[in-house]
Amino acid sequence: MSKGASKNLLLRGYVVLVFIFVFTPIVTSFIFSVNSDRFPTIPLGHFTTHWYETIFADPDVWDAFRVSGIVSITVATLATFIGFCTAYTDYRYNFTGKALYLSLALLPPTIPLVIMGLAMLALLARINMSGEIYSIVVSHVVLCSPFAMAVIRMRLAQINPDLESAAWNLGASNWRAMREVIVPFCRPAIASAFCLTAAVSFDEFAVAWFVSGLNKTVPVIILEILQGNTDPQINAIGSIVFITSMTLVILAQLILMRKTINQTATGI
Amino acid sequence: MSDSSSSRPLVTFDGVSKRYGGVTAVHTMNLEIYEGEFLAIMGPSGCGKTTSLRMLAGLEEPSDGEIRLDGQRINEINSVERDTPMVWQSLALFPFLNVQKNVEFGLKMRQVPAAERQARARKWLERMEILELAERDISQLSGGQKQRVALARSLVTEPRILLLDEPLSALDANLVIRMQGVLSRLQKELGITFVYVTHSQSEAFAMSDRVVIMSQGRIEQLGSPKEIYRSPASRFVADFVGANNILSGSVSQVGSNLEIETALGIFQCDPGSKGAHRVGDSLDMVISADLVQISQDDPRIQNSLQCRFISEEFVGSIVTLFAELQDGSDFKIQTRQRDLAKISLEEGDTFFVSWSAADAHLISSGRVLDA
Repeated sequence: MSKGASKNLLLRGYVVLVFIFVFTPIVTSFIFSVNSDRFPTIPLGHFTTHWYETIFADPDVWDAFRVSGIVSITVATLATFIGFCTAYTDYRYNFTGKALYLSLALLPPTIPLVIMGLAMLALLARINMSGEIYSIVVSHVVLCSPFAMAVIRMRLAQINPDLESAAWNLGASNWRAMREVIVPFCRPAIASAFCLTAAVSFDEFAVAWFVSGLNKTVPVIILEILQGNTDPQINAIGSIVFITSMTLVILAQLILMRKTINQTATGI
Repeated sequence: MSDSSSSRPLVTFDGVSKRYGGVTAVHTMNLEIYEGEFLAIMGPSGCGKTTSLRMLAGLEEPSDGEIRLDGQRINEINSVERDTPMVWQSLALFPFLNVQKNVEFGLKMRQVPAAERQARARKWLERMEILELAERDISQLSGGQKQRVALARSLVTEPRILLLDEPLSALDANLVIRMQGVLSRLQKELGITFVYVTHSQSEAFAMSDRVVIMSQGRIEQLGSPKEIYRSPASRFVADFVGANNILSGSVSQVGSNLEIETALGIFQCDPGSKGAHRVGDSLDMVISADLVQISQDDPRIQNSLQCRFISEEFVGSIVTLFAELQDGSDFKIQTRQRDLAKISLEEGDTFFVSWSAADAHLISSGRVLDA
């Protein structure tokens, strides 16, 4: 029994260590973002919001947030739509080459981001589409759609296949059944996919750096600030990005989990 | 159903086959379903009963032949006008809509204005005695309540035919009996056609006017529950329905009674009016378990056999005895508990079973020989 208990303790300790390992840099960055000293040293100086004020006084930073905002919302909308369509074709149809179709659809996140960014730049530059906000949108849609698909596909796997047939049987056309049954059933997953893809797009640096040109997104401007000077501005902006992304991701999880629990409880 | 021949068919299956790849689920099916009848389609799983129902619902297209609803080909009627609603085994209620909205669904698809939709839905909820649940979520309902919502949802468009795909299979036994009552009453009151797919003999026999027995995509027998119970048309039906004992043999003598020679002896059998048997014809003799008498002593009549008691099963006042014949095959006897009390049996005891010549039913190579 004592052996089991000590093993248990060891495992708990290990989990705590992993969390410390993952979160220390982020927590450190946050702490130094509200620390008055210019360099990250211990002992700490006093509490200040100075670095946040500096950040928000910079019009370039505002501009970057604007670009990131436009990009992530547009990307989330498009990627969720494409992801939904892909997931639905997977759920509903069987056809030759389906395995190939699915692996192609899920491929983008497995490509190294730098390669993806380079390839996107090469292509977009050739067709005179690089350096614009829509260039970032196009690239991020490619990157984000698979995430949306994965989330919605999970939801569709839980649907009772009779539901759609029941809608047809009650007089719905294919489109009507999609609108009245499939979409409402997937609504939590769709909302979740929207948040998740928005977060991925908001965070993404490498591809954005290649294709953004003068329309810098927040992660791109972070690198620029970092290259220019080292002061806790970076920590401040980093904390904002972290909080934005985490809020979106946690929201995505919550929406999905709450609905799933409800529906599992009904046994339908 | 006695007047079925006089009413016209509402649904006609005309040489309908359904194939999935190389597998034939339904094989050249011909069937007429009449206005206002309660028809049960029964068979083991994979016999094609659900496929037939789905084709009738317009959810699958026949590979060959056609199904006509009131003279019109099912697949040519558009989905809104088809109106062949189905009650699903899984019920398939929409989990994201409340009870009232579920019931309104079919009306909404038919562009019925909202006010009328609500009124009609409420009327059906009231009829199904669940009006007070109108605002509930589906997840808050019990099995029986869900069942009633599913019925209301299907009937709200006031169709001429209702399709039911094993709707009671998920309920517990006493609820099944109650819902059988609800369904029977509903069908009589509405006077519409019910087509009921099930693998349960008690459900099929308790409610329907006619029963279709299917096996491997073909109709084995079509008739009233009594016909099917007392005069199975094939060995499959005799095995599948009721509790029948089957003795295989051949005709050894033709007279006022047939004499059938089997491995266990020679038995007398009333050939009925239509019998045309010759000596040497091989056939199966079906003896229904509830037409068998038992006795402790040899009754010294020709249609009797000695057997060894194995076990018994009580279902209310009826007892089923399981026994073994001398050649090792099983023999079932159904009797009232009251009658069984007269003899006492322990496992391994021998006793005698007997039946009258008129109660043995003959089947020859899938063909019915007696009336």
